[in-house]
This record gives sequence, C-alpha cells and structure tokens, in this order.
Amino acid sequence: MRYAFFLGCTVPVRAQNYELSARKVAEVLGIELVNVSEFSCCGFPVKSTDAFTAELIAARNLAIASSLGLDVCTLCSSCGSTLTEVNRRLVRGTGLRGELEQIGREYRNRIDVRHFVRVLWEDVGVERIKSKIRRKLTSLNLAAHYGCHYLKPKEIFDFDEPEDPTSLDELVKITDATVTDYENKKTCCGGAILGIDEDDALQIAKRKLDSVREVQADALISICPFCSIMYEDNQRKIESRFESTYSIPVLYYPQLLGLALGLDPKELGLRMNRVRPDTLLSKLG
Amino acid sequence: MITAKDLNPNFKREVLTLPGGETLLRCYSCGDCTASCPVSAIDRKFNPRRIMRMVILGLKERVLKSDFVWLCSTCYACQERCPQGVKIFEIMTLLKNMAVKEGYIHPSFKKQAELVRDLGRLYEIDDFDNKKRERLGLPPVKKVIEEVGEIFERTGATKLLK
Repeated sequence: MRYAFFLGCTVPVRAQNYELSARKVAEVLGIELVNVSEFSCCGFPVKSTDAFTAELIAARNLAIASSLGLDVCTLCSSCGSTLTEVNRRLVRGTGLRGELEQIGREYRNRIDVRHFVRVLWEDVGVERIKSKIRRKLTSLNLAAHYGCHYLKPKEIFDFDEPEDPTSLDELVKITDATVTDYENKKTCCGGAILGIDEDDALQIAKRKLDSVREVQADALISICPFCSIMYEDNQRKIESRFESTYSIPVLYYPQLLGLALGLDPKELGLRMNRVRPDTLLSKLG
Repeated sequence: MITAKDLNPNFKREVLTLPGGETLLRCYSCGDCTASCPVSAIDRKFNPRRIMRMVILGLKERVLKSDFVWLCSTCYACQERCPQGVKIFEIMTLLKNMAVKEGYIHPSFKKQAELVRDLGRLYEIDDFDNKKRERLGLPPVKKVIEEVGEIFERTGATKLLK
C-alpha cells in the first residue's frame, strides 16, 4: 500500500496533529505515504470563483500523482471530494486532458483518490487493524462526525452511504470504545461560510456541539481539518458568543486509533489539541 | 414586489447551458432542499428553493448581486435529497461563477482566490512554519507553487479578480 500523500492547504499549517497521527498510524499499519512537494491546493477554494480554474488546479495535482504511478491519499475531505470528482473526468478522457497538456502536464496512468479513512476502511481493512490493537479504549463514549465531502456527492463515491453512514462508526468500534448516536450527526460544520457570515457558521457548528454535549460524549471524532477548526478551534468563541459551555475534545480519527495501537499521546500530537483531552486520557488509565 | 420588467428570460437559458444547470427546470419547488439545508435552518435569508425559483423566473440582477448567493455551505444535502435530481449544488456554484463574471465577487472569495493564485495554497508558509514542522519531524512544505499562478493566467481567472 503506497500512496502520494496529499496534504492540501489546511493540514500542514493548522492541523499538524492530524498529519503527525496519520503518519504514525500509517507506519504501524504498513501504509507508505510518499511526500510530493509539487502538490498545491486541491482547487476547491477557487471553485466558487471560477470552477474551470479549480478543475485545472485539481487536474494538475492528479497528473503529478499519475506520472508517479501512485494513488492519492488525502486527509482533508474537501481535497478528497474535489480530486475524486476531477479524477473521474480525467479517466473518462474529456477535453480536460488536452487542457492539461497545454500547461505541460500529462495524465498518463489511471490512478485513484482516497481519503485516509477510506484507505483504513477498504485497503487496510477492519480485521488487519484489529490484529494490531494493543490497548482497548473501552471506557470511552464517542461521537463520530462524518462531515460532508467524505461521502458526498454520492455519485462520485462508491462506498458507504451518506444518508446512513457506518464506516467511521465501525472504525471507532475497533478501539473498543462505544460509539454513540446523536442528533444532527450528519450535519455540516459550517466551515465553508466562516469567512462569509461568521455568526451563521458558528451557529451551525453550535448545533452539533449542543447535540454532542447532550449525549455526554467524551470526544467528537473528526476526519477533516476544517470540521475540527469549527468544532475545536472555534469552541471557545462559540461558548462566549452564545453563553454556553462545552469543553468537548475533538480528536482526529488517527489520534484515537493511534492510542488503541499503543502509541504515545505525544507522538500523536494530542498536546496540540486546543481543547485539552486530559480527562479523556485519564479515563484510559 | 416583482414586475415583468425585472424578469430576464435569458437568465434561465444561460443557466441551462452550463454544466449541472441543465437540471434546473425539473424543480417543482417541493422544498426538500431548504428543509435539508443547515444554513436555511438558522438563517432564512438563504433558501435554495427560493433561489431556484428566482432563477427560473429570470431575476438575474437580484440573484447575482445578492449576499445570499455566497451563503451555500457546500454540504450537498440539498442535491443528495432532491427528488427531481436537480443539481442544486452545481447550480449554486455556477451562479457564483456568473456573479464573479458580472463583477460581484465576495471579498472573502476574492482573497482566497488571490492567495491560491499567488502561493498555490490558501495559507502562507514561512520559515517559522517549516522550522516548526521540522521540530515535529514533518517534512518541509514548498512555499510557492508557481504553476498555479500560470493556470490562473491561462484560464483568465486573474482578469476576473481585477
């Protein structure tokens, strides 16, 4: 299992804990993540301004991975969705290939795009991960957050089910923690409109934090850097603006899995989490 | 109030020719989109059903000049649940693209696009960031990917940002 590791914009600057933990977990599970310095932004942030430019930016990244003969693995769900969508167009062989040649790139070998969590779910598989578990996180009660672009639009993904998703729940269960259902489980984090209307975005995020607090989860499990920015980095702001208190840790899934694989919290970047997961860690004994 | 002179029948024709836009006229205004929308749930200013209606009616100026066109959270809930298969997310995207071409880009999206054009990424990476990454045992990240700026020149997006 070897992938071109696509970091995108947010992860290398604002979610190093996600990157660190994913790299550690990959190492333990025998997933090789190849660094590619020429990768840029995936294109998604430009889509609202000019979809064609966004498409070409995505296609350029895919051409680079294609020339290396490697499938792409992303940590950010929006990168995953954008690259998956454009990759399908390149595979179908639309005029986009010609456009790529105009910028001196070529989509040579057919490649695939996968979110890191999908790699764990499908390529590594539950049984293999289970065989590596060194520590059972039985005392934890966790809420899984799928976000939007991990599974949507459905027509470009051929796994799991966005209206009733299970892959992340099952992956959390591997650690022996309890996965709890909660209201608004499938709701968006609001991150995409944070720069447009901060109040609206924070209110959207607040709804989920309210639901997670109601079921008394020890943490919210995230698989996208922007979702974590909304629920973790902005948690204080939401608390002060709407006069509520949460103190809900938000862990990236590889951080959680890393604990179950017996890795040290420090190696998993847990010290970098904005909402300190101290209570959660002490529950593990 | 809407009067006949506000209506531009060419608006929907334009939308119908663009990718995803061809599904517009299937909309029968059931409101499943609005009921599924996380933004509509907290801000009634954003209402996908209403936006689809406005496009079909031809309220071009009102849609493209609006604040609400930028409020889509891109979650796809509307599109996934539409019983008529209207590509609402795609239509929202092409409406924003049309608004940009008419000169109404939202400052936040303008800034994002400029950063991606100039750096090839959304956040600037300086030596401090790469030092921090090094301390964490992470590989350095390239500060600027010039080819992305070239893509903007080629597609004409740079002109759109002027």
